[in-house]
Amino acid sequence: MSGYTEEHLKQKLTEKLEATHVEVTDESDGCGGKFSAVIVSSQFQGKTLLQRHRLVNAALAEELKTIHAFSQKTYTPEQWAAEGH
Amino acid sequence: NAVDAKEIDKLVHNNKVVVFMKGNPEQPRCGFSNAVVQILRMHAVNYDSHDVLQSDALRQAIKDYSNWPTIPQVFINGEFVGGCDIMLQMHQNGELIDELKKVGITS
Repeated sequence: MSGYTEEHLKQKLTEKLEATHVEVTDESDGCGGKFSAVIVSSQFQGKTLLQRHRLVNAALAEELKTIHAFSQKTYTPEQWAAEGH
Repeated sequence: NAVDAKEIDKLVHNNKVVVFMKGNPEQPRCGFSNAVVQILRMHAVNYDSHDVLQSDALRQAIKDYSNWPTIPQVFINGEFVGGCDIMLQMHQNGELIDELKKVGITS
């Protein structure tokens, strides 16, 4: 159990990645060990999938030491808009 | 008894596709590892797999080697490709077929 909240992760991702949109879902029934995230940031522009995920992992380096499952989807603002958002 | 980078280097180059996972392909012990196994099965890939649940030293060493915090981890041609999310997206957008083709695997 890591005890992180959706709100904490959302705030950290928004700050560190200058994200324009972040959705974090706790999939651990509240115990805070399993999350999924959707992140929209212009920092992803021109980066490969692996580079994007590395940026996200770096932003949550401390948290990922104890979160045992983390799934992420990364979009640039353009890609996000193209998905109909 | 730590596992050093040289040993990992050897492991990741031992086959064209190498997977570090929880459990083994016959019996994955985590949904994320299972997803990677299913994807590779769909592409009929022959690969090496290493169970990090059998060795804490290996589990730590592979994270340090790839600078990636989670398991599973997939290597193609000795290069770190990503974890479950990346494999899933590469499978969905067709990139995985291209990457496998580059190393002579047709799926």
